[in-house]
Amino acid sequence: MTPSDLLSILPLLVLVVWACALLLVDLWLKRKGVTAFLAALGLALTAGLALAQAGEETTAFGGMVALDGFASFLNVLFPLSGLLGIAVAYGYLKRMNIERGEYYSLLLFSTAGMMLMAHAADLVVVFLALEFLSLPLYVLAAFARPRLDSEEAGLKYFLLGAFASAFVIYGIALIYGATGTTSLSGIVAAIEAGSLGTSGLLLTIGAALFLVGFGFKVAAVPFHMWTPDVYHGAPTPVTAFMAVGAKAAGFAALLRVFVTAFPALDADLTPVVWVLAALTMFVGNVVAIAQTNIKRMLAYSSIAHAGYILMAFVAFGNPATRADAVASALFYLVTYALTSYGAWAAVIALEKQDPSAGSGQAASGLEINDFAGLGRRRPALAAAMTVFMLSLTGMPPTLGLVGKFYLFRTVIEAGQVWLAVIGVLTSLISAYYYLRVVVVMYMREGAPETTREPWLDFTWAVSALATVILSFLPMALFAWASAAGVMGF
Amino acid sequence: MSIPLSWYLLLSVALFCVGLFGVLSRRNAIAILLSVELMLNAVNINLVAFWRYLDPARMAGQAFAVIVFAVAAAEVAVGLALIIAVYRRRKTVVADEIDLMKW
Repeated sequence: MTPSDLLSILPLLVLVVWACALLLVDLWLKRKGVTAFLAALGLALTAGLALAQAGEETTAFGGMVALDGFASFLNVLFPLSGLLGIAVAYGYLKRMNIERGEYYSLLLFSTAGMMLMAHAADLVVVFLALEFLSLPLYVLAAFARPRLDSEEAGLKYFLLGAFASAFVIYGIALIYGATGTTSLSGIVAAIEAGSLGTSGLLLTIGAALFLVGFGFKVAAVPFHMWTPDVYHGAPTPVTAFMAVGAKAAGFAALLRVFVTAFPALDADLTPVVWVLAALTMFVGNVVAIAQTNIKRMLAYSSIAHAGYILMAFVAFGNPATRADAVASALFYLVTYALTSYGAWAAVIALEKQDPSAGSGQAASGLEINDFAGLGRRRPALAAAMTVFMLSLTGMPPTLGLVGKFYLFRTVIEAGQVWLAVIGVLTSLISAYYYLRVVVVMYMREGAPETTREPWLDFTWAVSALATVILSFLPMALFAWASAAGVMGF
Repeated sequence: MSIPLSWYLLLSVALFCVGLFGVLSRRNAIAILLSVELMLNAVNINLVAFWRYLDPARMAGQAFAVIVFAVAAAEVAVGLALIIAVYRRRKTVVADEIDLMKW
């Protein structure tokens, strides 16, 4: 370990040290607002340091960790998503009487795990990062205890998450057995040397198990069963953070590992990914129609969006379209992050504690019908929610359209026209349930009680503005994502 | 006279499948957690066997096995805490009875 090793993961180190310090400092802080501020400061500092690293290309710790365009792109995205996670939580935690300082430390630890995932150039680091980001999330999902639904969400998320990581790690063990190494560059070298023989089968099984495990993490059908329950039961700010961060980190690992190490398994795995993507888009969008609870609807929407990002994967073995595939997936992750944070912020604005519900589900205002009359009561919030719904559908003038356009273009360039057709058709299906929210907001009479909190209002306003404005100037963001699409060791 | 590598791999697959069956069939949250641990131990058998037969000169496989059981211990700590939190309120750890939300 040399100083340059440490320097290459400086943002991550700063964040981990900051989180540990915050955990201690919080014991002496009476006002949890100060903890929130310190946590946000740490994340902002991390994002700044990560931004300063842009353009560097190096490996560290004997090839275990890579710093390249891909890592530095995601290392800016993750702290920013953590910042929004603090902004939406600040007022909510107070309102729901669960204001505890641990929320902020756990969120910082989880963000650090995600950043480690972006750096990973070795399967051991991938596994370590996976656990590092998941363990705080299990606790965060159960954070509204003693609310029963939150505890239940935490337990379910934990059991399914541990189950999924067992698959990931078994897959990694088989890959290690087949190639004799866990470093991604070593795996590529072993495959190119062509000396695998029968252990080629081991490698394929290992990669498939790896895909199954991360299928659970990013909520791809048929590994999505936990998603609606966990998203429904977890405190809403945690759900927002989980929907964006955990999904992005899962895709970061999949992209990094499949694009750099497994292009040779193209023939075996592309059909599997194809079917996964098609199923995920279809099931996610169709089941979402039947939902009456906004959190469950957005959970199924999040499943469907995992399907859209998975579409980019069918091109992972094709050297000509690979870089574009990674770039469009990253671009779509940013799109989804902005839009879904905004939508969840709107949900939080309507959510309130329900004194009549007893100890069970102590939150109300979460049915889609509770949005009735929002257009009259809070015109700006309703307009912002409309923008998010349009963006999730993929309609102009929003970033969602641009993101889907890049994705579909990549898929067609990779020669998978039918998959693109399925993508477009399922987007049409999704218009039904997204636009239903808009119809309820403007066409039905109602008197929703909403909360006005400066940071919450800030989140949805900024997300809505960015979703619209960036859709007219997407090239700068896409150029950055393209630079991140080329991964080096 | 040594035991071939394939025997270890078969043992590991069998253990993994026992764990898998346990997760899918047991209803008690603690039993599910135990089954997950079995799956992780199957991984450790794999790692150590591969290390011994393919790459004994380097420590990678052994070190990886140590990392796996350290992480497994952390996982159990969080998991048991969650199970206890649920048990305190509901007096049950049976997954079927923890069903406020439909699965």
